Amino acid sequence: MMTEMGALTQPSRWQKIWDSLSILWQSKVAVAGLILVLFWTLTAIFAPVVTQHEPNVEDAQARNEGPSAGHWLGTDHKGRDLWSRVAYGGRIVLVKWPVTESFWIPGGVAIWGVLIALAVGCTLGLLSGYYGGWVGEVVMRILDAMMAFPTILLYLIIIAAMGASATNVVIAITIAGSPGIARLVRGLALDIRTRDYIAAAETRGEPGLWMMFLEVLPNARGPIIIDAMLRVGYAIFSIGTLGFLGLGLPPPNPDWGSMVQAGHHHIFTNPWGVVWPTVAISSLVVGLSLLADGLREESLRYQ
Amino acid sequence: MSTELEWITEVDDHRIKTPVLQVEDVAISYETRKGDVPAVRDVSFDILRGEAHSIVGESGCGKSTVAFGIVNFLGRNGRIVNGRILFQGQDLVGRPQEELRRIRGDRIAMVYQDPMQALNPSMRLGDQMSEVLIVHRGMEKKAAEEKCLEMLNRVYMPDAANVMRRYPHQISGGQQQRVVIAMALLNDPALLIMDEPTTALDVTVEAVVLDLIAELQRVFDTAIMYISHNLGVVARVSTKVGVMYAGEIVERATVKDVYLRPYHPYTQGLMRCVPRLGMDKRSSFLYPIPGRVPSPANLPPGCVFEPRCDYSREECRLKRPALRAIEPRHWVRCHFAEEVAQMGWEPPEEVLADLATPAEFDRTAEPILKVSRAKTYYEAPSKKLLSREKLYVKAVDDVSIEVIKGETLGIVGESGCGKSTLVKTVIGMEKPTAGEFEFMGVDISTPVSKRDLSIIRELQMVFQNPDSTLNPSFTVGMQIGRALRRFKTVPKDHVRAEVMRLLNMMKLGELYYDRLPRQLSGGEKQRVGIARAIAARPELVLCDEPVSALDVSVQAAVLNLLMEIQAELGTTMIFIAHDLSVVRFFCDHIAVMYLGQIAEIGLAEAIYSPPYHPYTEALLSAVPIPDPSVEQKSIRLSGNVPSALNPPSGCRFHTRCPRKLGDVCETAAPPCQHMTDEHRIHCHIPLEELREMEMVVSIAG
Repeated sequence: MMTEMGALTQPSRWQKIWDSLSILWQSKVAVAGLILVLFWTLTAIFAPVVTQHEPNVEDAQARNEGPSAGHWLGTDHKGRDLWSRVAYGGRIVLVKWPVTESFWIPGGVAIWGVLIALAVGCTLGLLSGYYGGWVGEVVMRILDAMMAFPTILLYLIIIAAMGASATNVVIAITIAGSPGIARLVRGLALDIRTRDYIAAAETRGEPGLWMMFLEVLPNARGPIIIDAMLRVGYAIFSIGTLGFLGLGLPPPNPDWGSMVQAGHHHIFTNPWGVVWPTVAISSLVVGLSLLADGLREESLRYQ
Repeated sequence: MSTELEWITEVDDHRIKTPVLQVEDVAISYETRKGDVPAVRDVSFDILRGEAHSIVGESGCGKSTVAFGIVNFLGRNGRIVNGRILFQGQDLVGRPQEELRRIRGDRIAMVYQDPMQALNPSMRLGDQMSEVLIVHRGMEKKAAEEKCLEMLNRVYMPDAANVMRRYPHQISGGQQQRVVIAMALLNDPALLIMDEPTTALDVTVEAVVLDLIAELQRVFDTAIMYISHNLGVVARVSTKVGVMYAGEIVERATVKDVYLRPYHPYTQGLMRCVPRLGMDKRSSFLYPIPGRVPSPANLPPGCVFEPRCDYSREECRLKRPALRAIEPRHWVRCHFAEEVAQMGWEPPEEVLADLATPAEFDRTAEPILKVSRAKTYYEAPSKKLLSREKLYVKAVDDVSIEVIKGETLGIVGESGCGKSTLVKTVIGMEKPTAGEFEFMGVDISTPVSKRDLSIIRELQMVFQNPDSTLNPSFTVGMQIGRALRRFKTVPKDHVRAEVMRLLNMMKLGELYYDRLPRQLSGGEKQRVGIARAIAARPELVLCDEPVSALDVSVQAAVLNLLMEIQAELGTTMIFIAHDLSVVRFFCDHIAVMYLGQIAEIGLAEAIYSPPYHPYTEALLSAVPIPDPSVEQKSIRLSGNVPSALNPPSGCRFHTRCPRKLGDVCETAAPPCQHMTDEHRIHCHIPLEELREMEMVVSIAG
C-alpha cells in the first residue's frame, strides 16, 4: 500500500546545514546583526593582518591625533594607534582566553563565561525542572537569592575579592549568569516533561541522565541559544564596565573598557580615545541583540 | 416539544425560503514566503433561511478558511481572490472594513470550537452578554440584562439568573458553549456560523448541544453553516451537506443522498472507512483511502482526488472536473460519477492484501494481566491555608480487570473518568494507592523506575497526540533504534536492519529512517509511535486513544495496522477511546468506566445490546452515527461528570442517572451483578428489569 508515502529524496548534509542557515537570511534584522558580529570577530582574529601598528607601541610624536592615513582612527594620549588597540581589544572578549599568563585557549572571555554558565545553569535547571521535588525547590530558592543581587554588584564583589584577571572574569560571568539560565531551562523543562515522548521514554525505563540531557535538553535548545547570544552581549557590556572601573583585564593589553577609562581624562582634547572603544562595545552588543532577536522572530514564525 | 414550537415548524414549511447566503466560485489564497497558496478554490453553495448546511471534510481541506472568508477574518496574509459572497443579496467581497464589521456584528454570528477562548475570563457572563446588546443595539443596561436572561432560558440554561452572575470558569464546558450560542443568538442573526462547536466536548454533552442546535434552527429560523470533521455529527444536525476535499467542494446534496447514495469516489471512500456503531472486526473491514491529501501548494493538475482515486483515468489526470448537477439538487465534481455509481466498488488488490484477519484468542486461558481492587489517588492541595486534612482526587477507585493473552480490552467513558490513570498505573507512571497488580505472574504495583528491565520491555504504550509522541530532535530511525538498543532486542549490528523491517511493517518504507518528526504527517507519526512501542516485542501494548487525533481515512489505516500487528505477534492490547464505534469495532472485551469505577464490563457484543448499565445506555444513545437511516433512542444526561475529589455517595452515577431508583442509589454502593461469567453490571436495578431494556440503536427496515 502506498499510504502516506511521499517520494522525497534525502537531502545531503550540506543541504541540511544550508537549510538551517536559510532561516537567518529570511530576517533582515538577523543579517544586520550577523554582519556586525562577524565584523568584530574577524577583525579580532586577524588583528595582526588588518592593523599597521603594534597596539602597545607609543609614538611620542603623534599624541591625541584625529583620524589620518597613518592612523586610521587616530591615536590616544600616549600616541598609540587606536584602530590597532580596538582590533586587539576584541581578542580577549571574543577570540582568546588567557587562562594563565602563559597559556591561552581559543574563544574569548565573554564566550567562555557564557558557555560555562550554560553548562552549570542547564544542569541545575534540568535537575529542578525535570525532577522537581524539594531538591529542585531548594536549588531554585538559592538561585533566586543570587538573582536578587544587581548583576554589576555581583561582578564587583567577585572581582574585588578574587583580583582582576581574565580567568576571574570568566568565573564572575559564570556565577552571575547561571541562575538566570537555570530559571529559563527549568521553565522549559517543566513544559517539556509533560509531553508524550517523555512519557514514552519513561516507560522504557530510561535513566535520569538520559532523560535530562537527551530527551529534555535538545528540545529546549532554541530559546537557550537565543538567550545565550543575548548573554554574550551582556557579558561584553559588563567586561567593559569592569574595565572602566579599573577592575577589568590587567594592563597593558588593550581592553575596550580600560580604553574608555584611560581616554575619558582627555575627552575634551581628544574625544576619539573614548569614541572608538565605545562604538566597538555598543556595535558588538547591538549586533548580538539583533541577531538574537531576528532568530527568535523567525523561529517563532515557523512554529 | 411545546405546542408553540410545533406551530412555528409548521408555518416554516409553507414559507417561501430565500437564500441567506450565496457563495459563488469563491477562491481564497494565503500569501506565504513561497508564493500564494490557494487554500480554497471554486467553492459555491447557498444556505436558505432556517436551513442547517454542513461543510464536512478532513483537517486542512479549507472548511474553516471558507467560514473565515465569509466574515472577512482571514488574517493579514489571506485574501479572497475570486468569486462573490452574497449575504442577503449584498456582496460582501471588497467592502470596507468598517461596514463589514457592522454586518458581522449585527447579522452574522460565529461560534468557535473552544468556548473558553470565546468568553472573557475576567468578566461576569451577564456583563459580557449584555455588552453585545448595549454596543450593537444601544440598549439600556437593564433591558439588555433582561433580554440576556430570557435568551439563556431559551437555550435551556439551568438556573439562568445565577449563571449571569458567574464567571466563565465557574460553569462547565457544555454550559459555556451554551452561553456562547446564546450570545451569538442575542442579535437575532440571519446567519450563524458554527466551526466545530462540539469537538472539544464529551459525547454526552455533545449530544445535548446538538439537540439544542437542531431546536434553535427550527425556533429562530436562522440559517446555520455548520463545519465539522465528524460525519456522525453532521448527519445529526444538518439537512444539507457539502463534502470538501483539498480546498474544493466535491459533492453537495441532502444528508440522506450524500450518506446513502454518494456519487463522488472520495465521499464513497469516507463512508467505507468509518466504523458504524455495531460493526466489529470479525464481520467487517475498514477500507482506508490510500495516499494522502495533496498540499495546497502542490496540487495535481487535473482532478484533485485523482492520485488517490480507484477509478482514475487519463482524462482525470488532465482536466479539472466542474461541480455539476448529477440529479436535481445533487452536485458532484467528478467526470465519471454516473459510471462510478454503476460500477460498484471492489477493494483494490493492494488494499485487500493489507486487511488482516483479526487475531483469535483463547477465552479460557489464564489472564496475562490481573488488576484487583486497584486504587490510584492523587493528593490535592488543600484549599484552607492551615488545614492538616488531606484531600484526594480518587482517579481510580476500586477497579478490577483481567486481560487474557492475545485479546483486546477496550476502556470507554467520558473524560475524567479515570481511563488514562488506570493505564498509567499499570505501566508504572503513577503509583497505585492500593490494590494488586499482577502481570505475567509478577507483581507490578511498583513505579517503572523500580521495575526490572525484563518486565518494562513487556509493557509498552502508544500515545494519543501524534504531535508530541515523538521527540522532535531525533530522527525516526534513532527513536525506534533506541528502544531496540535499550532492551537489546537484537544484537547491536542488527539494529539498523531491524528498524528498517519495522518501518516496512508500518508501511512507511526505509526512506523514513532519516526523517525528523516535523517532516511527517499525523498518521505517519502515529505509525512511528506504534513501531517504537512494538520494537521490543512486548506482550502487552497499552493504547491511549491512539486514533482520536487522526482524520477518519488515516484512522482506518492505523486501526488495520494495529490489527495486523496483533495477528502477527499475538500482542495483547488495552485500547482506550472515547469513540464507541471504534471501540466496538476493535475490541473483544469492553469496560465502561464512570468516575473512577467500572460500571459495566463484558464482551463487546454484550455491552452494545441489552441489558445495559444505565450509563452505557446513555453513552450509546449519545454517539453520533454517520448513517441517517439509523434509529437511535434519545437519552440525555444532565450536567458533567462530578468531581473525583468528592464523588457522590452510594452509586456514583446517581446524580445523573435517568433510571435512578430512589434513596438506595444515594446510600448504598451498587452490587456487582453477573449476567454471565464475563459480563458484570454494577447497578441497583435488578437484572430482570435491566434485561427488559430496548436496543438503543436499531437500523430502520
